[in-house]
Amino acid sequence: MKRADCIGALHPELADRLVVTIMGGTAQELYDLGHRENFFYLQHAMGLASSIGLGLALSRPEERVVVLDGDGSLLMNLGTLATLARYRPPNLTHVIFDNGSLLSTGGFASHTTAGITDLAAIARGAGCPRVLEAGSVYAFMEAIAQAFEDTVMTTIVAKVEAVGPDHFGMDMKLPENAFRFQRHIADLA
Amino acid sequence: MTVSRDNSKAVYEGIKSAGIRFLTAMPETWLVYLLQLADGDPEMQLVEVAREEEAVGIAAGAYLAGRPNALLMQNHGFLASVNPIVSLALLYRIPLVMLIAHRGHWGEPYPWHTQGGIVTEPVLRALGLPFEYARDPLRVAAQIREAQILAWSSLSPVALLLARDLMED
Repeated sequence: MKRADCIGALHPELADRLVVTIMGGTAQELYDLGHRENFFYLQHAMGLASSIGLGLALSRPEERVVVLDGDGSLLMNLGTLATLARYRPPNLTHVIFDNGSLLSTGGFASHTTAGITDLAAIARGAGCPRVLEAGSVYAFMEAIAQAFEDTVMTTIVAKVEAVGPDHFGMDMKLPENAFRFQRHIADLA
Repeated sequence: MTVSRDNSKAVYEGIKSAGIRFLTAMPETWLVYLLQLADGDPEMQLVEVAREEEAVGIAAGAYLAGRPNALLMQNHGFLASVNPIVSLALLYRIPLVMLIAHRGHWGEPYPWHTQGGIVTEPVLRALGLPFEYARDPLRVAAQIREAQILAWSSLSPVALLLARDLMED
């Protein structure tokens, strides 16, 4: 399963959700499908996409928040799983694309390669209330359908191939993304 | 030396009077009464983190959602947060109101706090972050309000260093 296929299947479902992505290929693959004002791409500060999502979800409980995370980023901030488990906003869906690779920074193997580290088990152990795993696009979208009932915070670990886009770049400055994202949320009120 | 209950209350009242209803915090001794006040206040949303770096992300999320908020941390937590301050807050022009317990400086008896205490101000200067020391319980509410105003007008993180004079009796 390719992450781009998951994101492609997910993109139409994201129109009315606040979306935070990690850097690199994940951000690029979402952007390439068509930017929306409700998308925020965290192009640095690895590990904090889920923290931003938590701040959004707690601050705007009437909105629904989706975080597109990755194994490399999550491994830089494993404590976030415990913090998410403690506050567990039901309006938050945390998707972790696990490609076992630090693909955007040279393709080095991450700790999850060959199943050494099991992020779903870590999320369960941290106390995340509903952790789903997906190995096919169909299973991924089934998990998304459950998560998007928004009754309980859901963590989805999707095993994907270590492949990404062949280009990087957006027609948008980083602060501009933050300004527009914030304005979009303000206008929802 | 004990943590000042009265002055902690003055700081908390300053937070409330600045319109802040969302706090992200890592517990620390000087902040204990402040966090108890926040925890017992139904008007306040308190998020306790496992590590201060997370707090920068959570605070950024709250800001993007339009909520005035502040971070409560020890200066060692600030030092741990330098990368997200640089590569989230400064990079994306996201304001942070950081209330930082300034351990390890003038009058510090505990050796383990001292190196962090000594480098806190130089690191703030290196990052170009506006900061002030809060020493006077009669001034601290105004300082918090001013920190909030400057952070949101400059779109920059700002720091208020909670000094020993304020936090200990």
